[in-house]
Amino acid sequence: MTPENRTAYWSANLRLLIVLLAIWFVVSYGFGIILVDVLNSISLGGYKLGFWFAQQGSMYIFLVLIFIYAIRMGQLDKKFDVQED
Amino acid sequence: MDLQTLTYIVVGATFALYIGIAIWSRASTTGEFYVAGKGIHPVANGMATAADWMSAASFISMAGLIAFKGYDASVYLMGWTGGYVLLAMLLAPYLRKFGKFTVPEFIGDRYYSQTARIVAVLCLIVASITYVIGQMKGVGVAFSRFLEVPFEVGVLVGMAIVFIYAVLGGMKGITYTQIAQYCVLIFAYTIPAIFISLQLTGVAVPQIGLGSAMTDGSGMFLLDKLDKVVTDLGFASYTGQKDSTLNMFLLTLSLMIGTAGLPHVIIRFFTVPKVADARYSAGWALVFIAILYTTAPAVGAMARLNLMDTIQTGPVGEESSNIEIAHLPDWMNRWRTTGLLEWEDKNHDGRIQYYDDTNKEFAAKAESYGWKGNEMTKVDRDIMVLANPEIAHLPNWVIALVAAGGLAAALSTAAGLLLAISSSISHDLLKGVFAKGISEKGELRASRIAMTGAIIVAGYLGLNPPGFAAQVVALAFGLAASSIFPVLMMGIFDKRANRAGAILGMLSGLLFTLIYIFWFKGWLFIPGTEMAANTPDNWVMGISPESIGAVGALVNFVVAYIVSRATEAPPEHIQHLVEDIRVPKGAAEATAH
Repeated sequence: MTPENRTAYWSANLRLLIVLLAIWFVVSYGFGIILVDVLNSISLGGYKLGFWFAQQGSMYIFLVLIFIYAIRMGQLDKKFDVQED
Repeated sequence: MDLQTLTYIVVGATFALYIGIAIWSRASTTGEFYVAGKGIHPVANGMATAADWMSAASFISMAGLIAFKGYDASVYLMGWTGGYVLLAMLLAPYLRKFGKFTVPEFIGDRYYSQTARIVAVLCLIVASITYVIGQMKGVGVAFSRFLEVPFEVGVLVGMAIVFIYAVLGGMKGITYTQIAQYCVLIFAYTIPAIFISLQLTGVAVPQIGLGSAMTDGSGMFLLDKLDKVVTDLGFASYTGQKDSTLNMFLLTLSLMIGTAGLPHVIIRFFTVPKVADARYSAGWALVFIAILYTTAPAVGAMARLNLMDTIQTGPVGEESSNIEIAHLPDWMNRWRTTGLLEWEDKNHDGRIQYYDDTNKEFAAKAESYGWKGNEMTKVDRDIMVLANPEIAHLPNWVIALVAAGGLAAALSTAAGLLLAISSSISHDLLKGVFAKGISEKGELRASRIAMTGAIIVAGYLGLNPPGFAAQVVALAFGLAASSIFPVLMMGIFDKRANRAGAILGMLSGLLFTLIYIFWFKGWLFIPGTEMAANTPDNWVMGISPESIGAVGALVNFVVAYIVSRATEAPPEHIQHLVEDIRVPKGAAEATAH
């Protein structure tokens, strides 16, 4: 594997990480804690939205993030030909 | 059949199941002690990781904390699940590529230093022992109720069982046992939740039930009803925020980083077959964890509502609305024998008044009703999950099942942690550094001695716990967050991070966090030795000891970064090692030494 290829793979990985971790941060710390009062003025059934993000929603999104990461990294591994045999 | 007999049968049957599986699968896996996940599908590995991970704190204590803290307890939900995102993206695949078995081994190799390895062992032991204290509290609660004995006796029985369980040893490494434990604990957790959700809202899915309307004819949403019931008695609103935003932010961060830094969790990802599997394994682990974690808010809220309704049966202020002591439900009398639930008829009216007498405005109102103070003098939050099915009048077999689930959760995690402590002492310290020529037998003996010591320390401190089980565990996460996670992450993402940076980073993060915790909780958690009362007024910027780990992690990062840049770059071969662990290609099977 060429050093350029290695660097390109690593920066593609970092870009993906930054996007996913930004979402991770926004749904938990953002919606669940910092903006909770603002979102609580919206209702989701019997839940206030901020409360829902803090006690339900953030966890569902965490799950989705990990699987997106695993799938996208699998594609990057193939694209840069660094997958395991 | 009476409850006591039924509980013995259910608990006995589940224990027989675990031991049976352990013996049955042991024959084929001898010598694979360390390689628990090898050749096992990521889904199965995820389930076993979930069982390993979900402890007394998750099973017994968390919903109780939610019940009494309401929205503020969200930090535990987000913190203990969000850490898996960090684990999956920042650590697991790279540590799997590195291909060693313990966290101190990685730190020792990456930072080319035995000192770094020893410091890592130290950090690991401090965090793990604190974690075991929390488990001991949980085990004590479960056993005291189950055997109907005082809490202290419950802790001693728990210590004895953990000792046998952990010294039997290999059981922990056997993934199939953990899968069985997961099934027992998730079944035990969700069945009562479904029953109670149906009773209160008519919706079978607790996650939806919590956001649904009550079926009591009021037409109110459950959470609105709960807010009304608790505020009518002077308590703080359930869905409202009580804690400061800064403290909630830092506590969540501490728990997340700590999750990703806990050695017994990380180890599970060292041994999956491939790098790609390490990514998926973290995802599957979180799927199985989230089943319990998204149910917990419903369990907490519904238990609180049922508890309030049991004692305050009608409008506040009418005499007949408070339950008569002569007619208290059986579960209250049974829990009273454990010493974890207590009441006192202060105004001698033969009834119980349960309200917040620290709320001045409401206390004045209460006086006009002839109430002389809150009469529920002790309601230990850690009893809520175990008492929950009794409060809701569920059948006895459900109550027995919950006891079995709680014990499975507490014992599997306590045993796992003790193994992590003893193996780091015998494998990393003795065999790796101080007594390289030690025989297999000597290593095993050393690990048993270390384990016994750890059980005694944890048991003693479990008798005088520095908080509720979940809070003690939160301290352990703070310690893991501040000491281990930053150097692991920098070891992968910062090629320039070197020996001096890592050692000083770990020490400064650990000491900073430990001193802050001991300052308010007592040196070595020994009651009476604290330097200042553990109250928000004394905390620096209102940051609680549970939350300080996030700041400790920042200290660790900053120190490691600056020191690394001020000193010599790591040698060439280390820089190659870092480049190598960043790509999956060429991952070999994990090797022992």
